[in-house]
Amino acid sequence: MKKLIVAAALATLAFAAPVKAEEPNSILNVSYDIARELYAEVNKAFIAKYKADTGKDLEVKQSHAGSSKQARAILEGLEADVVTFNQVTDVQILHDKGDLVAADWQTRLPNNASPYYSFPSFLVREGNPKGIKDWGDLVRDDVKVIFPNPKTSGNARYTYLAAWAYAKEAFQGDETKTRDFIKKLFANVPVFDTGGRGATTTFVERETGDVLITFEAETRAIAKEFGEDKFDLVTPPASLLAEFPVAVVDKVADKRGSRAIAEAYLKFLYSPEGQEIVAQFGNRVHEPSVVEKHKADFPEIKLVTVEDVFGGWQKVSKEHFASDGILDQLFVAR
Amino acid sequence: MATKRVGDQKLVRRLLIGAVAIIALFLIAAPLLAILSYALAGGAGRYFESLLTEDTLHAVKLSVITALIAVPINTLFGIAAAWAIAKFDFPGRRFLTAIIELPYSISPIVAGVAYLFVFGAQGLFGPWLQANDIKIMFALPGIVLASLFVTAPFVARELIPLLEAQGREREEAGISLGASGFQTFWRISLPGMRWALLYGIILCNARVFGEFGAVSIVSGNVRGETNTLPLHVELLYQDHNSVGAFAAASVLMLIAVFTLVAKFLLERRGVRRHAEGT
Repeated sequence: MKKLIVAAALATLAFAAPVKAEEPNSILNVSYDIARELYAEVNKAFIAKYKADTGKDLEVKQSHAGSSKQARAILEGLEADVVTFNQVTDVQILHDKGDLVAADWQTRLPNNASPYYSFPSFLVREGNPKGIKDWGDLVRDDVKVIFPNPKTSGNARYTYLAAWAYAKEAFQGDETKTRDFIKKLFANVPVFDTGGRGATTTFVERETGDVLITFEAETRAIAKEFGEDKFDLVTPPASLLAEFPVAVVDKVADKRGSRAIAEAYLKFLYSPEGQEIVAQFGNRVHEPSVVEKHKADFPEIKLVTVEDVFGGWQKVSKEHFASDGILDQLFVAR
Repeated sequence: MATKRVGDQKLVRRLLIGAVAIIALFLIAAPLLAILSYALAGGAGRYFESLLTEDTLHAVKLSVITALIAVPINTLFGIAAAWAIAKFDFPGRRFLTAIIELPYSISPIVAGVAYLFVFGAQGLFGPWLQANDIKIMFALPGIVLASLFVTAPFVARELIPLLEAQGREREEAGISLGASGFQTFWRISLPGMRWALLYGIILCNARVFGEFGAVSIVSGNVRGETNTLPLHVELLYQDHNSVGAFAAASVLMLIAVFTLVAKFLLERRGVRRHAEGT
């Protein structure tokens, strides 16, 4: 027993000992919860390219969890060289609360530092028996809608904002009618799960609801996992752009001396090779050659942005998502 | 003997036993069997393939390392605490017992968050730790600390009632015959408690392997580095990788079955009877 304890103590010390990396041979990518497979593929390709370019071996470590939780962990000391998130606000908080990311992070890379994008889309039961085509169908009395609780799920916040954007346009900016639309939408949701995975279980395994709303890439993954013959993908005519922002965590990269690798990693996501991998996982990309190649998989859609409809994330956070904000009012009134 | 006892009426007895059996079957046995059937849904080949992926193996390894560190420490702590509480009188004895049992009643997630407040970069010692480049959170030490917290009461809780029931006479006899403190402990107290001790260690070990909430906060979820087995199960599940998730979960289930068997064997040794009967 004594030996064991000594060994254990030594092991703890070994792990706790200072790790000084002059030339790191690894970087850590801290990412959102459902992107594990995607980045496993991206990393494989990047490591091969890095080896070809520099002759050096590299390891890319991955961490995945809800992106707000991840941001919090980085603020508390998780040493991420890069972040690849699904919420702009979660990168911004790294600047605001810990000064870990430079203020201009969104302009350092193309397309608001978002190498790919998606939007809330629909997954319906096979043959679309309720004929759901557009956001307007979701408030019909005979339609039951499934999406997670927008109070706890970033994914559902996009759904909420997309529905708001649709109603705002449909009612020509009449806010009372827009609010009524959202209230009716909430009333059509039989159960609010806390996260995307819970909502998927409700829709797929408990067979509750006529339509599941989640990111387009997710609707594909779900149909693939649970049987493409059981579900149909429905792309609404319009939706809200969801960006997947990436950034080098400056403070960590400078401390570890990994900036060059971290920047190369993020640039790789924008390269034709990186974009092809990202597109294969059902995300939409900007690279023209890849867009052309996957044209058949991605029906055309009109996307509006949070900036256009709501005046930016800061404004949305304050007006809609703060305590007693519009979301709270409508959610309670449902 | 004409005294009536509970359970004399056959109908009541059957109904009660039947109810417990049905509840156990549906609430406990069925879900566990479901894990196995999901894990093997794609055939044994796919099961082993997903079990033997690098990340899953690493998760198993990390959980084993954590247990190898946390269980011995908490065993020593448990023996010391139970010994002190059962064999000595001192002010605050009840209070100490209550503190040791605290982790039973606190949600593990609170423990994780508390450690974050102490050791996190924005926490109490965070700046100092960062300045000295010592990593506690989001690395093995953090995972071990969180596990230690959650499993602290397990060994002590098994030993206290036993040691209290045994009284102090035998130790006092030993000492009056000239044994040293260590001899008394090693020759008299330890043999008397060995089955209860083993029982506590097994429960403690099972809990270290199973702990999710506290570890999830302090782990950082780095795949192949700080992902323990339960965290890895959740990760695979979130990833729509059901076979992988259930295969990894089946490892946890095996540990549970092993625990159950070990527990059963120890109970047949009469640990319970000794602890509660005398």
